[in-house]
Parts: sequence; C-alpha cells; structure tokens
Amino acid sequence: MSGYAKRAVGTAIVTAAVVAAVVLYVALYLTNVPGSVAATSTRAGAQLYLATVPEAERSDPHPTWVSFYAVNATAGDWRHVTTYEVPANSLVRMTIYQFDSPSGLRNPFISQVAGTVGGVMTLDGKVTRAIPPEAASHAFAIPQLGISVPLEGVEEEAKNACEHAPCSLANAHRTISFVIHTPGKGLYRWQCFVPCAAGFIQGFGGPMQTVGYMGGFLKVV
Amino acid sequence: MSGYGRTQDASSRHDARNVTLLWLLASAIMTPIVVFVFGPHLPPGHGSNEAAGQVMDNTVLLATATPIALGVLVFIAYSLWAFREREPHLQADGAALRGNSSVQFWWIVATTTVALSLSGYGITRLLETGAGGGQGPEPIALPPHASSALQVQVIAQQWQFTYRWPSFGGVETREIELPAHTLIEFNVTSLDVIHSFWAYQLGVKADANPGINNIAYVTTRGPLAFEVRCAELCGVWHGYMYNGGQVVPRAAFASWIARERLRYAPATRNLTPYSKTYFPEPQRRAG
Repeated sequence: MSGYAKRAVGTAIVTAAVVAAVVLYVALYLTNVPGSVAATSTRAGAQLYLATVPEAERSDPHPTWVSFYAVNATAGDWRHVTTYEVPANSLVRMTIYQFDSPSGLRNPFISQVAGTVGGVMTLDGKVTRAIPPEAASHAFAIPQLGISVPLEGVEEEAKNACEHAPCSLANAHRTISFVIHTPGKGLYRWQCFVPCAAGFIQGFGGPMQTVGYMGGFLKVV
Repeated sequence: MSGYGRTQDASSRHDARNVTLLWLLASAIMTPIVVFVFGPHLPPGHGSNEAAGQVMDNTVLLATATPIALGVLVFIAYSLWAFREREPHLQADGAALRGNSSVQFWWIVATTTVALSLSGYGITRLLETGAGGGQGPEPIALPPHASSALQVQVIAQQWQFTYRWPSFGGVETREIELPAHTLIEFNVTSLDVIHSFWAYQLGVKADANPGINNIAYVTTRGPLAFEVRCAELCGVWHGYMYNGGQVVPRAAFASWIARERLRYAPATRNLTPYSKTYFPEPQRRAG
C-alpha cells in the first residue's frame, strides 16, 4: 500500500470514529430523560403517592437537600423521582405524606387550594380550602393547569420527626389528599412555591433550582 | 491635470450619477412598499394604543433604514457590474484610491442627521405616554387621565405571575383579564429575583424588581387574547413562566372580577395588606 493510500485510509478511519462519537453523544443526549413513576390504577381511578422530606437519602448526591419522592409508604418503597405519569382526561387522586416542618410562603396567595376537584384537599382527613401561610412547608403546583396545593408542615417540636428519606408512616407527618382532573396528553411542569432550600439565598437555590428535587414534570399520557 | 486624469474624473462623475439615480429609483419604489405593505403587519400588532404606537415606531425605523440599506446594496451591485475586470488577461493595477473630502463631509452630515433625528423621535415618543415601558416608581410620561387609570399589580415570583386588584378588595388572581378601551396602570414588582413582565400583544414590557414598584401604562382597545412572558432569565423554570390574558368588554370584566373575588376569598383573607412593594417574610431557611 502506498503512502498516499495509507494516509487516505487513516483519515477515513479517524473521520468515521469522530462521526460515530458525535452521533452516539447526540443519541444519548436525546434519549437521556429522567425516570418516571406511573400512577397506580385502582377501581376508583389512578392514584399517585408522593412524599416530601427535609433531607434526601444519605446516598443521594445532595443528601442535605429537601426533596419530593414517589413512594409506596406501606411497602417501604421510596423512589427519588419527580416525573409522574398519569392518564389523560382522567381523575387522579394524589396523596402526599408531608414529613417536613414549616418554612412559610413568600406569597400568602398560595395558601389557598386551587385547581383541584371542588377546590379542596383533605389535610389529615379534614376537608380544607386554605392553610395559614406561615404553616406551609411545601406546595405542589402546576401553574400551567392552575393547580396549587399548599402542604402544611409538621410541628417544629414534633416527636419522632423524620430527618431524611426514607421515612416511615410512624414518623410525624401530615397526609394531604386531593383529586385533579388531568388534561389532554402533554408534559406539564410542577414545582414547590415555598422557599424551602435551606442555606440558599432567599431559600430558592439548590433543590428549588434543580429538577428532581422540588420540581419536575407531570407526564400526561 | 493630465488627459488621463480628466477622463477618470468624468468617468467617476458618470458612475456617481448612475449610482445616485439607481438608488433614488430603488428607494422611491421600496420605501412606500415597506411603509404601506409591510408596515401595518409589523410587531407587536394593534392590541393597544401603545402597541399600535410601537408598530408606527417600527415602521418609521424601517422606512428610515430602507434607503440606507438600498444605498449599500445598490453601490455593491453597481460596483460588481461596472467595475468588473473586462480584460482578465491583463495584469494591471486598478485606479488609485484617493480621499474625497467632500464625500466624507456629506457622509458625516448625513449619518449624524439620521442618528440625531431618530434619537429625537425616540425621546419624543417615550415622553408622550412611556410607550408601554416600565417607568419606575415615579413615571414622568403620564398619559391623560392617569389618575383615573385602573390599577393592576403584577407580582412576579419564581416562577409565575399573579395579579392583585386594589380597586376590587385587594383580591389576587392567577389569571388576568382587562376591560376594553380602558387606561390601565400596571404596578410591577417581584417577591424574589428580577423578572420582567412582557405582555407582548399589549406592547407592555416592565422589569419586575424586588422592592421596587415599576409603573407602566397601557390603553386597551377591543377584545384581545394576549400572552404574558417573563423576559429576564430568572432560574430553572424561566422558560415556563408565562400565562395568557384577555381584554374583554367592560361588562364581561365586571363579571369576571366578581367571580374571582368569590373564588379567591379564602386566600384574600390570608393576604398581607395591599402595598406597592413587598418584603416577604418568613425566610426561615434562607442562607
């Protein structure tokens, strides 16, 4: 093989390798989406169980960050996922176990439940339309859909408070339930509106600015 | 002056005359087309007096820029055609480049005139009614009857806009509807970082700064659907910080705001008293 032919073959191999690497990178980027948890199907409709905790699991990359989890609390199954898959044009019952203490709302307007069926939630079994703004620990809100549910915190001095995920229902907690009517298929972002990121400017850094902790998506399928 | 010099000068004058005539012709054709055909369709539309004013401003700017751009294009096209190499086999230098103080003088006069005229026009327009822009807490470009404007407070926070209505019991709403043919005074503020309230079809854009009341005026026209977006990069969900609004007939607005007062009565009881700005507490977890 002549010198020219060797150079040509070498150039072709290097070019092919570079192209393959670029294609692989783009393909991985496009297919790398956060994991999701699907609502369970029950006779009464779809059901989603979530939990909020003052700190993530010790094995988490950010173990001191506050976070939402998808849970099967009775089975002790905790998944650090904030993309939730629910059926379109359906009633979805959501239950949130709230293990964190209050931070308070920057905007008291968010103390009112909005966008749920009947405009209400149940807080520890009691039908509720609004909570005291200073008692809010977190919120579950989907602004695109006008849904906003304030989550009241457990008392600061509560005994047996859970410090980090995974928690147990034996720990101090509040149980918040509500029903939403899902729209057509689409991806809708949700977020917490309480400045709950401990140690960050105005409580709005870290977990509030990182998808996968205090915000995520409702994937309506 | 040599005979060659006289020939070159005559040729230059001939080229200058040709370029000028072509430029005048192109401008005479294109400028009316820009003003009368494209002008009415320029953004942001005619959804309010201020938006319509911005359409006019954009038309004036485009009409001014059209002859300037055509001057450049005509000169380039003419040069490519008239000064092309006709005898490529000859290896000869082109004509020497010389300064021309007359051209330089008129170039400076023309560009200065255009820049100062546009500057004067812009200042005049801004001082009329503020052109839909935020004017800070003490606006100087007050529209007529500003004191009787309907006040709407825009509260920005990461990551949504809410609206508070001091004339209607201080109720706060997630949606925004405005009465048609009404002067509106937007009082824009923020609860956390810097956002920007941009109601595109209304021609309103005002920064939302924490602790500052940024006032912008707009006079609505007929019924209209408009979009509100945040125009300052404000965090991870900035791209999702938007909502829609409506300009509706006055009777429809009265019904809507009455319904909203009823709907948000529980939250209204929890609200802090209406204020131009807020320094919200608590910040228990702030670093």
